[in-house]
Parts: sequence; C-alpha cells; structure tokens
Amino acid sequence: MIRNQLLVCAGGACITSGEKSVKDVLVDELKKNGIEDEVQVIETGCMGACDLGPIVVVYPEGTFYQKVTVKNAGLIVNEHLVKGRTVGELLYTEPTSEMKAQTSGDIPFYTRQVKRVLRNCGVIDPLSIEEYIARDGYFALGKALEMTPDDVIRVLTDSGLRGRGGAGFPTGLKWKATREAKGSPKYVVCNGDEGDPGAFMDRSVLEGDPHSIIEAMAIAGYAIGAEKGYMYVRAEYPLAIERFEYAIGKAREYGFLGRGILGTGFNFDIEIRIGAGAFVCGEETALLRSIEGKRGTPSIKPPFPAQAGLWAKPTLINNVETYANIPQIITNGAEWFRSVGSAKSPGTKVFALAGNVQNTGLVEVPMGTTLRELVFDIGGGIPGGKKFKAAQTGGPSGGVITADYLDMPIDFDTLKEIGTIMGSGGLIVLDESTCMVDIAKFYLGFTVDESCGKCTPCREGTLQMYHMMERICDGKGRDGDIEKLSKLANVIKDTSLCGLGQSAPNPVLSTIRFYEDEYRAHIYEKKCPSHVCKHLLTYSIMPEKCVGCTACARQCPVDAITGEVKKTHVIDQSKCIKCGSCYEICRFSAIRKE
Amino acid sequence: MRMNLEDRLKENPELKKQFDALDTYIGKLASPEGSLINVLHRAQAIFGYLPDEVLEFVSSRLNVPRSTVYGVVTFYHFFSRVPKGRHTVSVCLGTACYVRGGNAVYEKVMKILGVKAGETTQDGRFSLDLVRCVGACGLAPVVVIDKDTYGRSTPEKVATLLNKYA
Repeated sequence: MIRNQLLVCAGGACITSGEKSVKDVLVDELKKNGIEDEVQVIETGCMGACDLGPIVVVYPEGTFYQKVTVKNAGLIVNEHLVKGRTVGELLYTEPTSEMKAQTSGDIPFYTRQVKRVLRNCGVIDPLSIEEYIARDGYFALGKALEMTPDDVIRVLTDSGLRGRGGAGFPTGLKWKATREAKGSPKYVVCNGDEGDPGAFMDRSVLEGDPHSIIEAMAIAGYAIGAEKGYMYVRAEYPLAIERFEYAIGKAREYGFLGRGILGTGFNFDIEIRIGAGAFVCGEETALLRSIEGKRGTPSIKPPFPAQAGLWAKPTLINNVETYANIPQIITNGAEWFRSVGSAKSPGTKVFALAGNVQNTGLVEVPMGTTLRELVFDIGGGIPGGKKFKAAQTGGPSGGVITADYLDMPIDFDTLKEIGTIMGSGGLIVLDESTCMVDIAKFYLGFTVDESCGKCTPCREGTLQMYHMMERICDGKGRDGDIEKLSKLANVIKDTSLCGLGQSAPNPVLSTIRFYEDEYRAHIYEKKCPSHVCKHLLTYSIMPEKCVGCTACARQCPVDAITGEVKKTHVIDQSKCIKCGSCYEICRFSAIRKE
Repeated sequence: MRMNLEDRLKENPELKKQFDALDTYIGKLASPEGSLINVLHRAQAIFGYLPDEVLEFVSSRLNVPRSTVYGVVTFYHFFSRVPKGRHTVSVCLGTACYVRGGNAVYEKVMKILGVKAGETTQDGRFSLDLVRCVGACGLAPVVVIDKDTYGRSTPEKVATLLNKYA
C-alpha cells in the first residue's frame, strides 16, 4: 500500500541545484526505515519556483519543502514520514510576514497563477503515461476523433487561441488554411527551438508533460489531414529530447500513435528532429529547412508553410506552448478557454521570470496581467533593495517595458503598442544598476552572431549598428549617432527577409525611445549613468579610506597604481585600463568607481 | 600523400569500430530523407568532432553532395571541425546570465584557460564555449562543464570548479 508520495522536482534548475543526490538520499533513508514500499518517490517536471530548488513535495498533505540539500533531505523521511512531524526548517518563509508556508497554496508565487499549460508540470511523473491519462490525458484526442475535422478547427477558432511563439497569429486560422491547402501528404510540425535566451517554458513542458504535446499534434494531424508529425527540439535540451522520445514510444504502445488510432481509421506518427545550435531556426521557414537536413536559412513568405512547407507540402507549424493549450480546449470547450485572459488575447501565458528579481522561475498567469503583479506580487520584487528599472520581453526581437507601464495589462496587442513584443514569454527584470545602452548592445550582439547571412540588411546592417553601439559604449560616440542608428534600424526592419532581421533592431529602437537620455550621456558627456560601460568609468582611490596595504598595486596588471606601504596610493589615469581588479581586491572600499 | 580510408581502417581497428558504429546507425534510419543533421549529431558523438573523412563517408552513405554536407556542418554552431578538449566548459551568456554577471565569469574563465570561446587549451584539457541560454535562468549565471550544470556561479567559484576536471 502506498501511503505517501514524494514528488521531487526534476526541472532543469532543480537538477542543477543537486536534485539527483537529494533523491538518492530520500530513497536510501526510506530503505533504512523499511518504508520503501509505503512511500513512492516520483521525479516530476519543473514546478516553476526555480529559485527555491531542489523542491520536494509530500503528498497527500502537499507539504512543500524547499532548498532541500543532501544534508537535510533525511529529515523529510525521519521526521515527516516516520514521526509525522513537519520539518519546519525546510518550509518556505514568506519574507514580509515571516509566516511559514505549509503547501504551495500558501506561497504568493503560486497562489496568483492559473495553471493550464503547466497544469501537469510538477504534478505528474513525466515518464508515466498512466499518470497523464489519469489527468484526463488523451481524452481530447478521443473526443476530437468523434468530431469532424472542421468542427475541431471551429472550436479552436472560437476559442480565440493565438500562437504562443511570439507573433500571436490566430491558431484556428492557421489550421483552417492548412486543412484547405491543396497538396499531399501534409505535415504537422512542433517548433521546440526555444532560442530566446531567457525563456524556458517550452523546455519545461517537453520535460514535464510530453504527452500533452503528442496528444495535441495527433489532434492537429486529424484536423488538417496529416499522418506525419515532426517534433523539432534544440540540441541544448537533451533531457527534453530523451523524455519526449520515451513518451512517443509509450504513446505508440498504448495506440495513441501509429495506425488505426483508438479503433478509427486515423493514422499518425511523430519523429524527433534535433536542432544544432542556430537561433534563426526558430523562424518557421528556416526550421522547416533544418528538418529537411539543410542549412537553416529562411525564405520569403508567401508562400506560407500552410501552402508550401516541409518538402513544399502544406505544413502546420505551431510552437510548444500553443500545442499545450489544445487538448484542454477540445476537452473543456472554447468558452472555458475564453473565461480567463483579455478579450483579444484569451487564455493564459507562461512567463519565464529571470534577471534581477527575487523569485525566478516559470509563472503562468492570465493574459492581461500587469507587470506590477508579475514582478512584485509573484516575483517578490527586486533583490538587494534596488529599484525596478524595466522589464525586457521578447528577447533579442523585443524591447523594454518601463516603470511607467507597470500597471498596463500585458497581452499581444498592448505590448506591440509600446514597441516591444510578447515573444515566447521571456521576461527579464532589470534593476537600476542596468545600463540600457549596454543591454541593447548585448541583444544586438546576439543577432549579429545569429544572423544567417542570407539577406544583406540583416547580415551587414545589424553589424554596422553593432559597431556604432560599441563606439558609443567605448566613449567614442559622435553627434548624430542616435539619428543614424534609428535610420539604419528602420531600414533593416523594412527590408530584412525574415522575422529575425525585421525584429533585430527592436531592442535598440525601444531603448532609444524610453532611455534616450542614457544614450546622450554616453555620447555627449562620455558617462555611463549606471556605471556599467567599462571605458566610461574612472577608478580613483579615496585617500581617507586607503590604508596603504599595497594590494591594489600588486593586483594592477598595468602597474598604474603607485604608492608606498602604509601611505595613500594613487591611480595613474593615463595608464589605467579600467579592468576593475583594484576595485575587487580592495578590502577597505577605498576605490571609487564613477 | 594521405592514405585512403580503407587502408587506414585496416591498420586502425579503433577507427574501424567508430566507422562501423556510424554505418550501423545510418542503416537503421527509418527515413533517411532529411536525416543529415541527426546523422552528423551521431557522428560527432562517436568521433568527438567532424573531420573531412567523416564528412566524406556521410556524404557517400546518404548520397548527399559533399558541398551540402560541408554547408550544413559550417552553418550550425553545434558541429565542430576541430578536435575538442577532454572537457568542454560552456559559459552561458543568455540574457538572464548576462544581467547577473555572466560576463565577469566568462572573462575569468578566459583568463584562467588562456583561450577564447571556440578554442581549446594547448594541453587539450579544456575547450571553451559561449552558449546563449541553457534554460536554467533561475540560477543565473550558469556554467556548464561537460554534462554538469553549475548555477549561481561567480568568478571565484569557477576557478575552484575548473580544478575538479583533470
């Protein structure tokens, strides 16, 4: 008889913080107490609260233990399971009220979320198809097969679901276009090339609930008339590949994939294709070339993949999070889906909260949630008592949301109005110590690296913009640079071949729009207001604090610091390369950075 | 003159084993159409990198022009044309890692190893790579050494970390 279950989060962040060894300790301790047959240990997908990892949840009570280590994992077995005493030291303490949270339901990070896409992540064992089925898994596939394909598409259209990959195109329309397109065979593709640095929701779904994607792809195959699906996952996600592959095998075994699915005449199967490290492959036409085993270069649309996709055949391509919504829409209906979210963007959105924020991790909230709720109520605010400056969305294709817009409801359209995009849902919180010019340069550097080189505006244009940004950060900015940057940015936006190039200038344009004063400070005053851009800094020694310990002089790689023992040292500004070694080594905080 | 592959395989059973493994993998493919990238992944896993003779072999086995194989190998970051070190250090400079000080970690690793991203140390111990997001943003900044991921890294921590890998 199983009396308790220990759910151990095996998401990427928890694995990194030592989940495997914690799990081993739990299993060992259970054996030592002879209760290994009464308590089941299950590794789940990501539970979302990455900052609190490794996480262990004890069921049926739902007791939520966080930051479990090899040293204290044994307490969960010896105290909680054997003696029936909650292990207080492993509970989450709410920072303001100092209350101990017993279950995840007591933690603000969780209470404000609405879990739809992530409903199974962290709840079921991703390797168990039975657990997926127990949570209504594959019910939607059965229901869809009893409907006509047109009815399936109608439900999707009525639901108002929009593509979660970034652009927010109505999913129902895409399915309809692919169904109506002439040509056969047709293909279903899942875009799991989550390239936006800072977004990891697709990874979590693939690792934590792979069957939901398999089910959705099979429904898509039935709706558009395809028998073959391709799952494209980036090579950086080996665990997702492994678990998805395993799930495909199980689905075949249970007759959810293969020939004559659920006793009908419908055939469908899925093959995995692994990316090889190219950001541009997240662009759908480039991704299709990559599945074909070619260089992942994009092509001009139209024709859209719905008309001429994989091997020039009609192809439906959606991203992971979009698919993850579909089984529930079929099961619960369009009205249910529209019951949360905003009018034009119904449903939920998963955000990857990262950067300078207290609670990092994955959060799923209704569309139309404000940034303030995300960063402060769920995210717990900014660490170190610093001030919120901005949030960056849409990665290298997006822009910033400033403090002025903290109360704006976030959805596809509102973000577009202020010059950024939803993107895949990466939300990087930036505090007051961030230099916006530097961050724009960072994103631009990313697109310069990742531009595939096929079209000139993107290949050459972004590089020229990058050179200008570099000059500005190095203190060599010139009058007219801001105007030149904006002009070139707009040319690149208008003339690039694919979404990568068309959106590459966004981080620069968006930061110029909201933080032109910072650009001006770099260019005209040769100052970096946030003290980030190395070449615009000056290091000096404060005589009242210097004790003459000589540590800085010994550390300086260019011998720019002189001074005798126990006497004030001085930095020769003409020699200083602004490496900051003196600043780091000084134990008396005598070095000033400005 | 370079010996042809057949003669070399006769002399080198280890190399033959590797080519046989790749050959078996290709033979078992469900649909060879479009499988070039998957085959190259496997080849790199077997040989550690993708030298000319492996590309030639893949080209003739899949009946894909060599130019196409070469084009694909050079397009994707993941494929390497040069041997890698015994350990691969990947410093993440995705956005979350960048804003939390990933750059300082990267500079420290460069200083310790004396190589830049994409290069290998002279003793063949480490290869250094820059990666853009490994999806562990909650623990930024992140360093990945071989298959181990280390979160919340700092320039100081990374120095001791590297010592663990001989």
